[in-house]
Amino acid sequence: MAANIPTNAPVHGMPVVPHIEHDEHMHHDEHHEQSFLTKYIFSQDHKVIAKQFLITGIFWAILGGALSSLFRIQLGWPESTMSWLTPVLGKWVEAGKLNPEFYLALVTMHGTIMVFFVLTAGLSGTFSNFLIPLQIGARDMASGFMNMLSYWFFFASSIIMFISIFLETGPASAGWTIYPPLSALPQAIPGSGAGMTLWLVSMALFIISQLLGGVNYITTVINLRTRGMSMSKLPLTIWSFFLTAVLGLLSFPVLFSAALLLIFDRSFGTSFFLSDIYIAGQALSNTGGSPILFQHLFWFLGHPEVYIVIMPAMGMVSEILATNSRKPIFGYRAMIGSLLGISLLSFVVWAHHMFVTGMNPFLGSVFMFLTLIIAVPSGVKVFNWLATLWRGNIRFTTAMLFSIGFVSLFISGGLTGIILGNAALDIQMHNTYFVVAHFHLVMGSSAFFGLFAGVYHWFPKMFGRMLDEKLGYVHFWLTFIGVYLVFMPMHYVGIAGFPRRYYAFTGFDSFSQFADLNKFISAAAIFAFIGQFVFIFNFFYSIWRGRRATENPWNSNTLEWTTPINPGHGNWPGAIPAVHRWPYDYSKPGAEKDFIPQNVPYSQTQSSNLPNEREMAE
Amino acid sequence: MIALGILLVLVLLLVVFGLLFRLQILTSIFSGSLTREIGMSNRVNAILMIVFMVVGGGAFAWSFIDNYAKMNPPIASIHGYAVENMFWTTMIILGVAFTLTHLMLFIFSYRYQHKDGRRAFFFSHNNKIEIIWTLIPAIVMASLVFAGWKEWTKITGPAPKDAIVLEVMGKQFNWLVRYPGRDQKLGVVNYRLIDATNEFGFDLNDNNAMDDFTVNEIHVPKGHPVLLKIRSRDVLHGVYMPNFRVQMYAVPGMPTKFWFTPTKTTDEMRAQLGNPKFNYELACSQICGRGHFAMKAIIVVDEPDDYVAWFAQQKSFAEQNPDVLASFKQKSDKLVKSKNTDAAAVMNQTTKASL
Repeated sequence: MAANIPTNAPVHGMPVVPHIEHDEHMHHDEHHEQSFLTKYIFSQDHKVIAKQFLITGIFWAILGGALSSLFRIQLGWPESTMSWLTPVLGKWVEAGKLNPEFYLALVTMHGTIMVFFVLTAGLSGTFSNFLIPLQIGARDMASGFMNMLSYWFFFASSIIMFISIFLETGPASAGWTIYPPLSALPQAIPGSGAGMTLWLVSMALFIISQLLGGVNYITTVINLRTRGMSMSKLPLTIWSFFLTAVLGLLSFPVLFSAALLLIFDRSFGTSFFLSDIYIAGQALSNTGGSPILFQHLFWFLGHPEVYIVIMPAMGMVSEILATNSRKPIFGYRAMIGSLLGISLLSFVVWAHHMFVTGMNPFLGSVFMFLTLIIAVPSGVKVFNWLATLWRGNIRFTTAMLFSIGFVSLFISGGLTGIILGNAALDIQMHNTYFVVAHFHLVMGSSAFFGLFAGVYHWFPKMFGRMLDEKLGYVHFWLTFIGVYLVFMPMHYVGIAGFPRRYYAFTGFDSFSQFADLNKFISAAAIFAFIGQFVFIFNFFYSIWRGRRATENPWNSNTLEWTTPINPGHGNWPGAIPAVHRWPYDYSKPGAEKDFIPQNVPYSQTQSSNLPNEREMAE
Repeated sequence: MIALGILLVLVLLLVVFGLLFRLQILTSIFSGSLTREIGMSNRVNAILMIVFMVVGGGAFAWSFIDNYAKMNPPIASIHGYAVENMFWTTMIILGVAFTLTHLMLFIFSYRYQHKDGRRAFFFSHNNKIEIIWTLIPAIVMASLVFAGWKEWTKITGPAPKDAIVLEVMGKQFNWLVRYPGRDQKLGVVNYRLIDATNEFGFDLNDNNAMDDFTVNEIHVPKGHPVLLKIRSRDVLHGVYMPNFRVQMYAVPGMPTKFWFTPTKTTDEMRAQLGNPKFNYELACSQICGRGHFAMKAIIVVDEPDDYVAWFAQQKSFAEQNPDVLASFKQKSDKLVKSKNTDAAAVMNQTTKASL
């Protein structure tokens, strides 16, 4: 049995760490017996909650990916008959053709699911929960109960969103940005009936979940750090989760207000977003509202949201790149500074989504300046990652491959943001496939790569077993190649001006030249989607039958690797280790091993202490 | 039955795959490759990084060049050329950054792959190079912003006084177009007056509206600034004319505008492209419902003389719809009467008071 085989990383042991035997001082929490229900379902253990977020996220990711395959089939082969999909889609296939309204529903649900349910809840929810207490040296979150509520609000929100897909009138179909009046008027599109109501209710619950989680993350990072863990010794993962939570806490309430006002407009006859509308043979009485107001409110969340999605990935990638290059992360302080810069700036760039909505052009100029400034901290991060690789001693674990892939995708997608942030250029590019290609690379695929990197890296800590590396390699290369095959050609389609959310391009001569390329993109997208099942198999197989992990399989410095292989509720069986140094003492000259964990005091590493560390050793 | 068969095949494939996987693990355990810390696969992955860079980079360059001709919608407006220049200049700068960073990423990955006995270089920071690589992007960004800002203010600035005015109104799912007529003034419209014939909601009590005319095809003269007034009567739409590099949302309750100067007539463009069927198209760029993908209008760019001739031929909405005009007359007559009596009453009162 593979499970009993000694693993590839023989227990190097931490260099003379004060180590308490596990079975001597069991942490008190482990004494009381837990039923299945309190241990796995209504658990207050941050590690279990993290896994709940992860597995729910995986479910949503499969669904979100499947939806995208469906609409890519329509885009790639618009003339073909879709009758073979009738068993799945039922009445949404009409006389062999996909219903155009259902096409919009697919696009909308794909966006909503991926942005909120997978990349916000699945990514940040999983790793903030899992890593914050483990890496700062805490027994659990500040409030385990609130943390549990956070998951169950997310779960309720998920159920409601899932149900909405099966409604008679279809789920929300106004795009994931749900701009009114389209999203407010069922006369305009059937999805804006019950589907939209459920969308709004689900999203309200989702926001509550995010706020409960966020308050907890922030409180935990501020208050529960172990002895010695100053803010300047935090791993970059924690910094990124912390700032992500701050962003979420400040921006999600604004989305909540937008959703609330939209509910009022839809159900109670107010006119926040509606004015001068004649629809379905009838002039509505609403006047004085502004659809642009909604866009301001939406993007005030919506823009920080893309950083909420990408920052945790940045943090994890920084950590994984350093660990596997066996080098300190380059420019630790600059990395924190750029995270802070990005967080701050992310609140003042939202209107770059609205250059051509009729907003005052002067405002457009201001937001153009602010938007292009945000490229600077992002650039600093990229250079620092590259410098981290430079003269490293790189181990290509699957997590490392995904981290390198992340950097590549982040560059490729980030650069085109410089085009879109330029208001003059956005006139042509706005709402074309250029935008779609841009954000799928920079926040979609990159964040997914960050998620995968995180799962491959911390899987041993989550389940006490290793994911299979070979399958991981296959998964990485399939995905990396697939993603580029999908999104690079998509830029061409965008430069040619193809508008997004089009059911077909057959009606326009201007958009007739890329039928073959669209087929190619569709084929690549479906290929990349199928490739993900390698991961799904690997994931569930390895939970039960993967090779057993060692305590610190990656020879990493951070505190989570000082816990037992399967940490119980409370994380450390004995006292929580104290922290003495920053988390990136890799390959320090003079040190015996090429890593020195954070809990090793300077007094034990005389040979490698730097001049300024000598006095701390005494 | 077929579905069941397919399902069965899939399940069997999965089982075969699982068994093969298990077999692979067992053999690698027996060959001892799992106990080595850094194995052969490290080297394979490092090589794949270089292969990916070379093959991927090559494929990208080839496909880009191959598709370049199809990528750029032919330009037909003055600001379109400026925007196009800026776009490709920016793309070149981005291309350089893209190439350099990717070269570093993949070459470093290959060059610094794990070697037994080697130690990584302990290099935690270097203020000088960090300042340099913060400043360089900052300067490049600043110049891009400046160029963009100048162009943006020019494009979105006020339209020239002599611009031709016309209005485009989005509705589910087509575009309605009206011209101001001889008086060059668009008359009052009101969404409450919209019905099947009066699609624009003309208020024919307004004198300016009397000579307004609606058309199906937009006509504009070459070389003359055109001011598009844009509105929507139901949901958001987006006026998007890729050849003119024009895009602006149509917002219900909030009129928007965009002005541009066409530089090539439709005929000239047809000759240039060698495509006698070419037309300038107006597409909807903002999701608006079932027919979003089919909201098309044609724009015809005429020689100025032809435009004048075309304009003179158009009949006003009022002229074409005498019924609508008559109903407005009726209503307004009533209104005038009641107003007159009101006015008379007020007069009486004031005269009484003054007496």
